[in-house]
Amino acid sequence: MLAEYNAVVPDVAFWIIAVAMGLAAIRVVTTKNIVHAALYLVVVLAGAAALYILLTAEFVGWVQVLVYIGAVVILFLFGIMLTRAPRTDTDLDNNQRWAAAIVALFFMGVLIVLLVDAFGAKHIVLDDNLQASGRLTADFVKHGHNGQVVRPTVGSAIFQQYVLPFEAISMLLLAALVGAVALARRD
Amino acid sequence: MMLNQFLILSAFLFCTGIYGVLARRNGVLVLMSVELMLNAVNINLVAFSAFRASVEGQVFALFVITIAAAEVGIGLAIVLLIYRNSRNSDLDNIDQLKG
Repeated sequence: MLAEYNAVVPDVAFWIIAVAMGLAAIRVVTTKNIVHAALYLVVVLAGAAALYILLTAEFVGWVQVLVYIGAVVILFLFGIMLTRAPRTDTDLDNNQRWAAAIVALFFMGVLIVLLVDAFGAKHIVLDDNLQASGRLTADFVKHGHNGQVVRPTVGSAIFQQYVLPFEAISMLLLAALVGAVALARRD
Repeated sequence: MMLNQFLILSAFLFCTGIYGVLARRNGVLVLMSVELMLNAVNINLVAFSAFRASVEGQVFALFVITIAAAEVGIGLAIVLLIYRNSRNSDLDNIDQLKG
């Protein structure tokens, strides 16, 4: 009973989230109102965060909520405000809409064929505690005091194996923010 | 859960982002479409992280989120400069380098 529950509920949740994300993504690129586009983007980003939590990546999910929904969307709204976005009656699309749609559909078709061919029968196995189970990377497996396998945490991975990329990306973020201030400053 | 359902959703988001980048005229909307594409990449990374039961995918997803934040900061500063110089943020007007 519980196993069936755990097998069905993630799928149902996935499809609800996926349909909401797909519709909102289409609205982001087709809506005539630029503020509505930013708000539909929030739906897509929240859906992505929900998918991360569904995939047991809770930390990434909440970082997504904090950084994307909390900061990036607010930046977008500030950008819309500061550039005095055109009102609803002006056309926000250029005249290569059909070419763009053909390119996107073609790329979508190619990707779906490739993905079905490559990963058609692969399953993501999550056990009863909704922990990702299966092959653990040997570097990160640790054993707790009573012998159970302790799941590797994102923090220890970032600050042990990936500490140099982490520092590099910190410098990149600092440089980008200083650069943004230098660009946007009135002098 | 199938792995492919995440990958195909992510492919759909990526293609929506491609359409937005190509078809939108306003600079802020183009940046939003780029965010859609970056999110598609992140969903792929986290899905493979769960599939392989390793944390590398999540670490790289966090790095991509950081890069995306930096990119939006710089991108909006550039759109702001474009707006200041040409009184609108229409990217089709930025053709001074056209031969």
